[in-house]
Amino acid sequence: MQTESQTESLEKEIQAAEHPRELAVDVMAAIQARDGYLSDAGVAEAAGLLGMSPVEIEELATFYTFIYREPVGRYVIHICDSVVCWMEGAETIGEHLMKALGIRMGETTPDGLFTLLPVCCIGYCDRVPAILINKKAYGPLTIGELDRIIDGLRNSDDANEAAAEAANPKKQVLKR
Amino acid sequence: MYPQVLLQNRKPDRIATLAEYQRSGGYEGLSRVLEAQAPTEVRQVLLDAILLGRGGAAFPAGVKMMTVAEDAPFPRYLVCNADEMEPGTFKDRVLIHADPHQLIEGMALAAYAVSAEHGIIFIRPEYEGAARILEREIGIAREAGFLGKNILGSGFSFELVVHRSGGRYICGEVTAQLNALEGRRPNPKQPPPYPTEKGLWQKPTVLQNVETLCCIPHILKNGAQWFKDLALTESGAGTKVFGISGKVNRPGCYELPMGVRLSEIIEEYAGGMKNGAAFKACLPGGASTSYLTQEHYHIEMDFEALKKVGNRLGTGAIMVFDQHTCMVAATLNLIEFFARESCGWCTPCREGIPYIRDILWRIETGEGEASDIPALRKICKYLWHAYCAFAPGAVAPVEGLLTYFEDEMTAHINQKKCPFKGS
Repeated sequence: MQTESQTESLEKEIQAAEHPRELAVDVMAAIQARDGYLSDAGVAEAAGLLGMSPVEIEELATFYTFIYREPVGRYVIHICDSVVCWMEGAETIGEHLMKALGIRMGETTPDGLFTLLPVCCIGYCDRVPAILINKKAYGPLTIGELDRIIDGLRNSDDANEAAAEAANPKKQVLKR
Repeated sequence: MYPQVLLQNRKPDRIATLAEYQRSGGYEGLSRVLEAQAPTEVRQVLLDAILLGRGGAAFPAGVKMMTVAEDAPFPRYLVCNADEMEPGTFKDRVLIHADPHQLIEGMALAAYAVSAEHGIIFIRPEYEGAARILEREIGIAREAGFLGKNILGSGFSFELVVHRSGGRYICGEVTAQLNALEGRRPNPKQPPPYPTEKGLWQKPTVLQNVETLCCIPHILKNGAQWFKDLALTESGAGTKVFGISGKVNRPGCYELPMGVRLSEIIEEYAGGMKNGAAFKACLPGGASTSYLTQEHYHIEMDFEALKKVGNRLGTGAIMVFDQHTCMVAATLNLIEFFARESCGWCTPCREGIPYIRDILWRIETGEGEASDIPALRKICKYLWHAYCAFAPGAVAPVEGLLTYFEDEMTAHINQKKCPFKGS
């Protein structure tokens, strides 16, 4: 979670930059870290901070894989489906996760914990099949290990916090 | 065992520290060059060493630096391409995690060669760990006087920062990467002007791959001839960090002389084929290269030898397929990647790649027709007319499929199913 001081330091960085727009991805990522995803309001905020128009931010936000314009879960699982992972069972990993979490690719669990997304080669071809969870790489995976990782995340403090947030409609940032 | 240069300080569980890098001769090149050599001399050494770009395009680094005019304006930029999004490629991640100061010294030297005062490492979001290592070690290098103002009292100043990408394959393309760095949508731009004339913020910009930059300290310390002698072939120079993956027993990164035989990499270093499988084909250098097959099993892996068989060494990321792998399905997977990652800027790429994907999908699912094969050949040719190198790269494995595995395609069409799947 982004704190106020981090937002302030970002503002200082923007003021000090010769070309503020070079920080566009950092700013979008910081707003996303604070809000969980980059909302319409977040796009407007980024535009204001950088002195760019909202449409310029939008054309970046919709271009990049790791900027989420829709609400996502606390843990975003990116499943590598490129050729080396594919050869070593990426489809099985994906199918298992969809079944275990009860969602399809591109969806978020109702408790707001997990989002499943495909991703192209993540550069861990020496440890296949591999996935990313909140940008941390896991691999080589077996179904058993995958289950242990998911269970571990379900029972973490972060997960309890997310569940409390999901139960409080005022704070709820997730659809459904 | 061949000499280890770029990976000599690699440890199983941690990076090499500044002290460890220095014990292996690190920053000696920088000290000596700043004391005694002019930037033109540095460029000449790199040119003589025939240091070819390791990011895939194999453009001579020395030539690229020479294209920065003597009277070119300031500030000048040096960009390190650590985007590494070519499927199958993970050598740059390994290099950064092994010995970050090697890259930092390489960048300082490259910057000196073209009188650049600003350096940027453009890194993909999946490599957040590597980004943090670099930020920390850049600070340590600055403290030690190897970066920042007036490096080692030479009067040369060079600042280095890390730029995190939002994640998209096209950002690895030079001009797209410059757009990305400027906070613009990363579509490629067609030269001229070339980046070395008008690059980042319209200023002269030299962009090099991580591995290319990592070679530079060693070349300047040991000389151009030493570097050329590292290769096994007359046409090659230096070592190559090969990343091998797929159906082999020990996937990983192996630093081997340029020109080493494919069969030697697979058998001696990658531990041979997995579970007694048989070698059927491989991609020699990422998703945008063509297939090598049984007839190329003993090929010498260097830029020239691969060019001679109509292929490319690319990034040296070798992905190995065995006899149970359906080459139509493998190619379909590769083209799915390109269809998803196309930036959509030009029509041949945006429309042509999904068209190829649909035809391959029909063949793979048993709905293909004999006319699909000539149709694919025709569309592949059109894709060479796209705006940048993305589409020609995307069709490389498709053209490989058409050249070497037409029989497999025909078997799919005749049997109305994938022969590799049980009935």
